[in-house]
Amino acid sequence: MSFESSMQRLEAIAARLEEDELELDTALALFEEGIVELRAASAALAHAENRLKQLSEAADGIFTVDDLRA
Amino acid sequence: MSARRRGDPSSSAFGDLELFAADTPRSHAPEPPAPPSFAVGEAIPGTTPAAAVSIMALTRTAKDVIEGAFMPLWVRGEISDFKAHRNGHWYFCLRDAEAQLRCVVWSRDRRRIPAPPDDGMQVVALGQLTVYAARGEMQFTITRMEAEGDGLWRKALELTRARLEADGLLDPARKRFIPKHPRRIAVITSRDGAALRDIFAVVQRRCPSVEIVLVPAAVQGESAPESLCFALDQVARWRDADVLIIGRGGGAREDLWAFNDERVARALAACPIPTIAAVGHEIDVSICDLVADLRAPTPSAAAEAAVPVQAELRERVRACADLLAELTADHLQRARAQAEHTARLVTDGAVRRLERRRSSLEASAGRLNALSPLATLDRGYTITRTTDGRTVRSARALATGQPVNVIFRDGVVNATVERISTDGARETGAPPAPRSAR
Repeated sequence: MSFESSMQRLEAIAARLEEDELELDTALALFEEGIVELRAASAALAHAENRLKQLSEAADGIFTVDDLRA
Repeated sequence: MSARRRGDPSSSAFGDLELFAADTPRSHAPEPPAPPSFAVGEAIPGTTPAAAVSIMALTRTAKDVIEGAFMPLWVRGEISDFKAHRNGHWYFCLRDAEAQLRCVVWSRDRRRIPAPPDDGMQVVALGQLTVYAARGEMQFTITRMEAEGDGLWRKALELTRARLEADGLLDPARKRFIPKHPRRIAVITSRDGAALRDIFAVVQRRCPSVEIVLVPAAVQGESAPESLCFALDQVARWRDADVLIIGRGGGAREDLWAFNDERVARALAACPIPTIAAVGHEIDVSICDLVADLRAPTPSAAAEAAVPVQAELRERVRACADLLAELTADHLQRARAQAEHTARLVTDGAVRRLERRRSSLEASAGRLNALSPLATLDRGYTITRTTDGRTVRSARALATGQPVNVIFRDGVVNATVERISTDGARETGAPPAPRSAR
């Protein structure tokens, strides 16, 4: 789950919650889903280890991403 | 290298003459013509009618002399009579006010020349002066050419651009949005170039959670277009990045030329993920810049366009969390108010029902009271019961001497049966005579 998809889902959830006629059960379910997405979005930002990687392709066409050797 | 024709009478007089296929280029430095050698007593070739030389011998010797006399050199002139033959070779004349020279560019040498020249174009060309023996013509074999004012480069760009445009690859409607929050960025560039370092530094500063994955490629030199195409193909098959940056730092025009290659441009246009091109400095616009979804003036600018500032993202997450909490609290508040209202309705209804029941109960109780035997007692009647509690409904049910309980409104009398009359006789004041037998 990427940060962007989490944020998009969160915006959609907020838009639903703006509706006054929403059933409380639905609103609470949306809230719970929103909490999960918020955690995912925060986790995506918290992942701060930024090392340069390099794409490698094996003979069988399988791609791997490895640290770029300096 | 052709076969030598030692002993051939027509050429022996000129020594070793090489037999060249007249329209194939020479790849080696020409050998100097061998010194003439002929037998004593023979006329010097060509000096008498009897010693006439063949055309072939003469032109071949002229070719060797000319090629030996001139090293490859640059000449300046104007293009005329340009013809691109279907076998891939180009034929034209270079001329100035006083003279002209027949020229050829073999198809295999064309790759060093950006575009075919137009008639009237002023060019400088590097070539070797030679003789085309089959026609007896002097010919200039060109391997490199540059037009004044970068005419050929511009023309090459325009030709490529026109072909891409005809295929709709430059249509603004094709441009995709660059994702706002990429998780991973693929970078096609040289492993050792400044572009990679610049991109990494910018991403590190703005948003270190974004991963940079190098897809290495040669960005200059003859292998660069093929290398770039291969890297683009890898990215297309891999697909596991959110955006692609392709580019290199600035350089000479020739160094940037791979990014004007039509194959590279088409591969870039076919890339399944959004693309940012960053080739050279701000003033250079390459074909790749035109095809990419976004053109950045430098690799650093490409990185800035590709990644957001992380602090802003955190702020956005926080704002979203607040909004979520606020909206949910609103729903809870509304639901609570609704519940309280409903509870009040229910309670009020229950109380009213209870009241109704109580009053109907009291009415029933009144009716019950009226029917109760206890009420009869109030009116002066009594109830007689045997000692085991059975109500006595008939005088015949009793026996003389039997104890009974007589229940009054206000108490119970324990009594004994004295006498029983069942014929309807009323009780008298005088005690009846005791019966002898019953």
